[in-house]
Amino acid sequence: MEVLYDACWSMIKSKDVICDLSITHRHHRSFSLQTHASICSLQIELAIALMASEEQLKNSTAPEVFDAEAASCLIKELRGTFVSGKTKSYEWRSSQLKSLLKMLEDSDKQICDALFSDLSKPEMEAYIHEIAMIKNSCKSALKQLKDWMKPEKAKTNLGTFPSSAEIVPEPLGVVLVISAWNYPLLLSVDPVIGAIAAGNSVVLKPSELAPAMSSLLAKLLGKYLDNSAIKVVEGAVPETSALLEQKWDKIFYTGNGRVARIVMAAAAKNLTPVVLELGGKSPILVDSNIDLAVTGKRIVAGKWGLNNGQACVAPDYIITTKQYAPVLIESLKHNLVKFFGEDPMNSPDMSRVGHANHFARLKRQLDDDKVSGKIIHGGQADKSSQKIAPTIVLDAPEDSLIMNEEIFGPLLPIVTVEKIEDGIEFINSRPKPLAAYLFTNNKQLKEEFVSNVSAGGIVINDVGLHLMLDTLPFGGVGDSGMGSYHGKFSFDSFSHKKAVLYRGFLGDAPVRYPPYTPGKLRLLKALVDGSLLGIIRALFGFS
Amino acid sequence: MNDHMEMMRRSVEELRLTFKSGKTRGVDWRKTQLRGILRLIHENEDTLFNLLQSELGKHPVESYRDEIGVVKKSADHALSCIDKWISPKKGRLPLAFFPASGRVLSEPLGLVLIIGSWNFPISLILDPLIGAISAGNTVVLKPSELSPQCASFLANMLPTYLDPKAVMVIEGGPEVCNQLLQYKWDKIFFTGSTKVGKIVMAAAAKNLTPVTLELGGKSPAIFDSLPYSDLKVAAKRVASGKWGACAGQACIGIDYMLVEHKFASTLIEQLKKTIKRFYGDDVKTLKNHSRIINKAHFDRLRSLLEDPAVAKCIVYGGSFDDTSLIIEPTILLNPPLDAEIMNEEIFGPLLPIITMDNIEESIEFINSKPKPLALYAFTKNETFKKQILAETSSGSVTFNDTMIQFLCDDLPFGGVGQSGIGRYHGKYSFDTFSHEKAVLERSFYFELEPRHPPWNNTKLEFLRSVYDYDYVGVLLILLGFKRPSKSSDKKD
Repeated sequence: MEVLYDACWSMIKSKDVICDLSITHRHHRSFSLQTHASICSLQIELAIALMASEEQLKNSTAPEVFDAEAASCLIKELRGTFVSGKTKSYEWRSSQLKSLLKMLEDSDKQICDALFSDLSKPEMEAYIHEIAMIKNSCKSALKQLKDWMKPEKAKTNLGTFPSSAEIVPEPLGVVLVISAWNYPLLLSVDPVIGAIAAGNSVVLKPSELAPAMSSLLAKLLGKYLDNSAIKVVEGAVPETSALLEQKWDKIFYTGNGRVARIVMAAAAKNLTPVVLELGGKSPILVDSNIDLAVTGKRIVAGKWGLNNGQACVAPDYIITTKQYAPVLIESLKHNLVKFFGEDPMNSPDMSRVGHANHFARLKRQLDDDKVSGKIIHGGQADKSSQKIAPTIVLDAPEDSLIMNEEIFGPLLPIVTVEKIEDGIEFINSRPKPLAAYLFTNNKQLKEEFVSNVSAGGIVINDVGLHLMLDTLPFGGVGDSGMGSYHGKFSFDSFSHKKAVLYRGFLGDAPVRYPPYTPGKLRLLKALVDGSLLGIIRALFGFS
Repeated sequence: MNDHMEMMRRSVEELRLTFKSGKTRGVDWRKTQLRGILRLIHENEDTLFNLLQSELGKHPVESYRDEIGVVKKSADHALSCIDKWISPKKGRLPLAFFPASGRVLSEPLGLVLIIGSWNFPISLILDPLIGAISAGNTVVLKPSELSPQCASFLANMLPTYLDPKAVMVIEGGPEVCNQLLQYKWDKIFFTGSTKVGKIVMAAAAKNLTPVTLELGGKSPAIFDSLPYSDLKVAAKRVASGKWGACAGQACIGIDYMLVEHKFASTLIEQLKKTIKRFYGDDVKTLKNHSRIINKAHFDRLRSLLEDPAVAKCIVYGGSFDDTSLIIEPTILLNPPLDAEIMNEEIFGPLLPIITMDNIEESIEFINSKPKPLALYAFTKNETFKKQILAETSSGSVTFNDTMIQFLCDDLPFGGVGQSGIGRYHGKYSFDTFSHEKAVLERSFYFELEPRHPPWNNTKLEFLRSVYDYDYVGVLLILLGFKRPSKSSDKKD
C-alpha cells in the first residue's frame, strides 16, 4: 500500500505532468481528508488531485453528474445483459459489427467534421488513419469472426490418455475502454470492435479533449448499436474516477504512463486484467547507405503526416552519424516544402496541436535554453491557431526537456553519433519505446537492430506502417505498455481462453491412485519419460 | 536488516547486468539451463522425496506425480520445442504493402520475479522458471517461507546447477517479499492467494510491470447421476482430486461438489469406500495422505467445522490429529450456504456436498460465485456438457476427471476473474515470459506517392481502393484512367 501511495504522491509532486484529462475541482478538497481511506478510493482521489495539481480547471457545468452510483447502476445493467447470454451469440456480435460498419459509411462527413473541429485534421488523414482503419478492422473481424470463435484443438499426452482437449475462447464480461484524443475515432472504436467480436458488454469513455468526437460517438453508438450492451460515457476526471471504482472484467486504456499507473492500481483492487497502450520516445536510426529520396519522404510523412507528430507511433527523434546528418537534414527540409509548402503554418494538410496544454508543453520544450540555439528548421509557433511549424533540432543535449519527455508534436530532434552502431546503445539506454525504426540497406545492421532493440514493434525502412497490419500484434513493452491488439489479437485481448479436457471413464490407470507402491512410482516415471518400453516393463512388474 | 536489503538490491541489479550482456538470449544458454534443471531433480530425487515427506507428508509417488515428474515433463517439453518457439512467425501482408515482410519475434522481457507457493514448493517454482529461462530472461525466485526446507534446498542447490549470474533464489518472508516488490521488474509471476495477488498487482502498477497471477478459488465438481461402473471410476478420480493432491491443499483441487438429492447417498457411500481403500479410516494411521502445512492452517480448517450448523452436517470423517497435523478426509452434506466453509476457499481435506433437485441447477449455483480456477463435471450427457461450457466461466473445464488438465502441455493453465490473470504451461509459459515484437521490413523500391501529402482527391480515391482491396481500382487510378468520384469531393 505504501508503495502505491509513494508512487501516486511522487506523481503529484512532479510538475511536468501533462494533463490529459481536464478538471472539475469538485473532489479536490477531499484528498487530504481521505488518506486513511481504502486503497482504491485513495488512488481515485490521488488521481483527481494529480489532475487538479495541473491547475487545469475547466469551468464546465455538467448537466448531469456521473458519479460512482451512476457508474454502478450502469454496470449492473450491462452485467444483466451479459448474463442473459445475448452478447455471446455469433449473430449478435456480427449484427453489431455490421451496424458499426453502416454507421461509419453513413457518417463519413460528420466524422471528418468532428476531427476537423477537434484537431484540424485534414480529410485525407481522417480517412486513411481513422475511418479506413476501423472499416478495415470491422470488415476483417466480420470475415474471420467464425474462425476466431471456434475452439482450438489441443494435443493431449500419454499421461492423460485417452482424452481430448480444446481451448474455448469465451467473453470476459463487462469491459471498459478508455480512449485518447489524438485519434479519437480510431482509438475508441478499434478496441470496441475487439470487445464486441469477443462477445463482451462494453463501456466506452472517449477523451474529453476531443469533445466533438466524444459527443459524436455518444450519439452514433447510441443510434446504431445495442444500447443494452454498449454504452458511451462522456466526461473527464470525475467520470473516469467513478468508472474506475467499479469492478470490470477488463480495462483497455490508451494514453500516457502516469494515468496508466493509476488505472492499473485501480484494476488491482478487483484483479482486473488491463491492456495499456502507451507511448514513449520512438526513435529512428538512419544509416548512410540508403535511398535518401524515399527515406526523406517516409520520415517526413511519418512524423508530420501522422496527426502532426501526435501519434503514439510517430517518430520522436532521429539518430544518425555526424557525417550523414547534413545530407539527411537537407532531404527532410526539401520534402517538408514539397509536402506542406513554404508556409507550413497555413498548410491545410497539417493538423494542429490538440490542446492548449500540449501547445504550452511543446513551447516549453522549444524555449528550453539548452534547445533554443539548436533549432535548424522551423520553430514558429502561433498560440491563437495552436499551430507549430515542423521543427528540426540538431544535437539537443541529452539532459534537455525535449530529449527526456515524449514530444508528441511537430518537433524532431536529431541526435548524432560517431558510428551508426552507437545508436543502438543510445536507444537501449532509455525506456523501451512503442516503436523503433531503422533505415538501412545493411543486412547485418538490420539483424543487430531487430535482435537487440526492444520495442513494441520494429519497422525497417518505413515509419508507422506496422500499425496498419492486422496480422501483427500492436502494443508496447516495458514503459510503452502491456498487452496487444489489432485483428485476432484484439479478439484474444477481450477473450478468456478456457482450457477444456474431455475424459471418458475407460482407460483408468491405477498408478494415479493410492495405495502407492514402488511399482507405481516406476510406472509413473516411465509415463513421464514417455518411454514405451519402460511402461511395459513397469506394467509387467519388471524394474 | 538494512544491510541485508542493500545486499539483496545489489545482487538483483547484477542479474540485470547479466541480462544486458545478452548472454541469456542465446538458445544454447537456455538449453544448458534447462538441462541443469533436469539434472537437479534427477540427482536430488531422493532428497526431494524426503523434504516433501517431511514438510507436507507427501508420499514419494505423490511427490513424483505432482512435483518432480511435472518439472521433468515441462523441461523435456521445453527442450524439444524451444527451437520452434523462438523462430519468428510470419505475418500475412496485404498487397498494398508490397514489397515487404512482416513477422512476429518473441524476445525476452528482461529481469523477472517468480513468487512461489508452499503447497507444491518445487513445481510451482521450477515450472514457471522453465518458461522464464526458455524465453531467455534472468530470474529471481522467491520460494514460500512456509516450506522452508524446500526453499533452502533451492537456494543451496540451484546455483550449482544453473548459471548463478542469471538465476537467483532469495529466501524470506513477507518483509523480503515486500522489499522485492518495490524493485522494477519486467514481469512478476505470482502463485498464491487472491489477497496477496491484489497487493502484487498494485505494486506492479507503480512500474507498469505486467503480472501473471495464479490464484485459486472454490473449484466445484458437478456430479451427474452415473451407472455404478462409471461411478466407481469417478469416485476414485474425485478422491484423488480432493484428497490425493497435498490433502486438498491444491489450487485446482475440488472445493465442493454439486449432486442431485436422489444420487447423494450413493455417491457418498462410494466415496467412503474409496477413501477407506486409498487412505484407511483412522486419522492416526492414515496412509498416502499429506498433512496440513502448519498449525495456523490446521486451526483455520478446524474452525471451519466449529460452527455447530456445519458440524452437524459431517457425514464422514471430521477427526484431527494435532501432533501430526493430519486431518482425516471429511465429507459434509449440505452445510449452510452462508457458512464460512461455503464462502472461503477451503484448501484442505474437507468436502462439502450440496444437493439439488436437478443437476442443471448447478450452473446457476456456480455462476452465483466468483469464477473458479477449475471446474469439474462428471457426466455422460453431451447436451449438459455443452451447456456447462457455454454458460459457466472458469480457468479450465475438465469432464469426467480431476487435476489432469494440469499435465497437458498444450492447454493453457491459468485463471479468469478472481482466479487469476495470465496463463502458463508448455508454449504458454514461453509466451508469458516473452514480448511478441512485431517486425515489418520494407525495401526502398516502389514508393506509393498517394501515401504522402500534399493531399488531393485522387490520392484519397486511391487509398479508398487500397483499403477496399480493390486492386483493379488501384491500377486504374495509377494509370490515370479513373477519376475521383463525386462523393469524395472536397467539402469546402
